[in-house]
Amino acid sequence: MQYINIPNKFPGIRSLFMCRPESASQLDTLIKTLLHNPHPTLTCGERELIAAYVSRLNTCKYCYNIHGSMAPHQLTENAGIIKQVLTNPQTASISNKMKALLKIAGGVQSGYASLSNDDIAFYRNEGLSDIEIRDAALIADAFCMYNCYVAALSTWQPDDVELYDKMEERYIREGIFELAF
Amino acid sequence: MPHINLPNEFPGIRSLFMFRPETAAPLNALVQTLLHNPHPTLSAGERELIATYVSRLNTCKYCCNIHGAIAQHQLGNKPEIVQQVLVNPETAPISSKLKALLKIAAKVQSGGKNVTEGDVALARAEGATDIEIHDTVLIAAAFCMYNRYVDGLATWQPDDINLYDKMGEQRAREGYLTPPFKVVGSAQ
Repeated sequence: MQYINIPNKFPGIRSLFMCRPESASQLDTLIKTLLHNPHPTLTCGERELIAAYVSRLNTCKYCYNIHGSMAPHQLTENAGIIKQVLTNPQTASISNKMKALLKIAGGVQSGYASLSNDDIAFYRNEGLSDIEIRDAALIADAFCMYNCYVAALSTWQPDDVELYDKMEERYIREGIFELAF
Repeated sequence: MPHINLPNEFPGIRSLFMFRPETAAPLNALVQTLLHNPHPTLSAGERELIATYVSRLNTCKYCCNIHGAIAQHQLGNKPEIVQQVLVNPETAPISSKLKALLKIAAKVQSGGKNVTEGDVALARAEGATDIEIHDTVLIAAAFCMYNRYVDGLATWQPDDINLYDKMGEQRAREGYLTPPFKVVGSAQ
């Protein structure tokens, strides 16, 4: 049961956006900036994968389904990759660079530890630039916020996997904030 | 020492904003909306107290100090309010409603799923509205993000209370969308 009076035909964060449009546009702009805007080296699909992975670690059903559905639409590799990554990124068929990015994200999610100098040196050795290290950490930080926001107000998080897939196709075509259904 | 090459004339999150202006804009716009823009019922000072308290729970020195300073300037420049909230909100000179909202904020900080119906009912019993409960949750969740961002990349977090007071006075007056001033003699 939802803790506050929010429109219950909108799932997850959508209902919170409808309830509080003042902060919705800022939250939406942040996601677009982090995940969809052009990036010097990270593709949208790679960044969505980080978001989905963190959301899975935070057991936020809505968020990992949505972003897990988004990633295959934007990655050129097959959608089975998502399942592998969400199970164990270190054995998934992804690049070492992607594994390193997910390791950063996992570290951020797992506790309040900062990256040590040895960590940074390791990631630089794996070929990550400072921008990539910092952006992976920020995406993970932001998704801990989004996951927490969705969970703390006990929003409705559907189980229908096909629904998430349809939502994501439409988001990619029409833009996130404009969608209401 | 910061792990990643950051401009060293700007403390805490400011250095990350200078390093990556593309994400600075939406992060500043969010905190501006959450803490500084007009709100139907929660004053800027009350919202800054929520942010400060969560930052304290996350042991983020920079965020706790800067938002504590901003809160102080928003609340008639009385340091004891912030100090007492950080020690124990239950005995601080704040309203019962704000105490209940801080309890929710603490639960959010410990994990989003830890907020219970009982926490929300307690806040409602003290007169909290849906908007106030929603905004408290979002401020707390957002500050977990900001705190981790600042600490995770090991930004420079000074100890100079006068510096935070000066920065806090600027932010209380101007909000979050104006440029920061450089901190002279700050190389570390």
